[in-house]
Amino acid sequence: MVHQYKLNGYNIVLDTCSGSVHVVDDVAYDIIALYQQHEAEEIVKEILSKYDGLPDITREEVLLCLEDIRALEKAGKLFSADIYENMAFDFKNRSQVVKALCLHVAHTCNLNCSYCFASQGKYQGDRALMSFEVGKQAFDFLIANSGSRRNLEVDFFGGEPLMNWEVVKRLVAYAREQEKLHDKNFRFTLTTNGMLLSDEVDDFLNREMSNVVLSLDGRKEIHDHLRKDYAGRGSYDAIVPKFKRLVEKRGGKNYYMRGTFTHNNVDFTNDIFHMADLGFTELSMEPVVCAPTDPYALTEEDLPELFRQYELLAEEMIRRKKAGNGFVFYHYMLDLKNGPCIYKRITGCGSGTEYMAVTPWGELFPCHQFVGDPKYSLGNIWDGVTNLAVQEEFRHCNAYARPECRDCWAKLYCSGGCAANAYHATGKISGVYEYGCELFKKRIECAVMMQVAESEEA
Amino acid sequence: MERIKTIETRDLKKSAAAGGCGECQTSCQSACKTSCGVANQQCENKKK
Repeated sequence: MVHQYKLNGYNIVLDTCSGSVHVVDDVAYDIIALYQQHEAEEIVKEILSKYDGLPDITREEVLLCLEDIRALEKAGKLFSADIYENMAFDFKNRSQVVKALCLHVAHTCNLNCSYCFASQGKYQGDRALMSFEVGKQAFDFLIANSGSRRNLEVDFFGGEPLMNWEVVKRLVAYAREQEKLHDKNFRFTLTTNGMLLSDEVDDFLNREMSNVVLSLDGRKEIHDHLRKDYAGRGSYDAIVPKFKRLVEKRGGKNYYMRGTFTHNNVDFTNDIFHMADLGFTELSMEPVVCAPTDPYALTEEDLPELFRQYELLAEEMIRRKKAGNGFVFYHYMLDLKNGPCIYKRITGCGSGTEYMAVTPWGELFPCHQFVGDPKYSLGNIWDGVTNLAVQEEFRHCNAYARPECRDCWAKLYCSGGCAANAYHATGKISGVYEYGCELFKKRIECAVMMQVAESEEA
Repeated sequence: MERIKTIETRDLKKSAAAGGCGECQTSCQSACKTSCGVANQQCENKKK
């Protein structure tokens, strides 16, 4: 499948099934668009007519370009066949391991953010902290079900996980013991609102966590509008100095400063630039997940502006990189040479199969976004997955599971999309969250364009 | 190919041969948590 687009002065042609990326001039761009539906002589006629008067656009030139296109087709780099569908279903059916857990160590929070998908950490349930015994069993469950996978991931999540700090510390110590006994390598991450960061916490996180996710929405007025404490005070002033201190001491280890944008800040690039201007360089900004009736929900009318913002972001990132003050944006990180293999591209995110969320009580859910929805309870960390029917639904999720994705050029980049987004938008995990698809496609177009720009610079 | 420049990329078809080790990061375990992107993960297959 071929996807062509023009962005930031580049004509880009993606051959999605081979992963090839081509940068072409206007003539080649038009010829590629005509190639599959027209005979050579028809293409010559059309191109000569369109570029009438340009001396270098001759019949011979068009035929030469057609030869080049045929050569790329023969080499499997253009118009390559989509041959992965059976592979997607077979591969996922064969894989029975669990390799990642989202550990909900705290279903409570010290902030009261109005847009929180986890309803201020409670996930529509009671406030609770995970006990060490439950956490320990979650690690035992993960190790026992991880098969030959060596790299295992545990994200300490909430609510606010630092509200259960002692348990986090004890669980990390337990896991470090266990990884030696079982030849595993634990990679920990922790997502925090920053309120409870201290020197002691910083040092521990910087030593043990391969990544920390720091929640900041950007500009003070934007952040404070939705991210407030229980007294109604914005949290920006309390957390920004703490995030700075943590990152300064992190010694180059990965982190993400992660924000959420809403209808209130469709000019979200200003929030990203604000983070960058504060000195943070690993940034992420996600569209809000909420009901369409919420006052801050993104609207259809917002879409054109959001597209423009993603383009502005890409262009500014190129400019800043050249100027020596570049930063990373999570969704624009593409490694075209050493990126994921085709299996990763087709099997989806792994929710409900290789990735699960664990509640403070040890209940298993397909991912953090399904926690609290009794229909999606999978089982628990003592008995394992007992709701096999729901797990089977998730096992079926892949890049080829949805008829709507059949002709979509982006399906090997999103792997069929987020099951939770699909569920919230359509009522079923096999649905499609079209709004999210539109944003996703724009982000990939920008990310590829940045790679093209870098390659052209080189 | 004067009019077409091909950027160096990993050949997805060939990546099937030694792929699928599963050692790479789960896509939702990092910054997003609210969407699914698989293309921006690093490959960690030592045998490829």
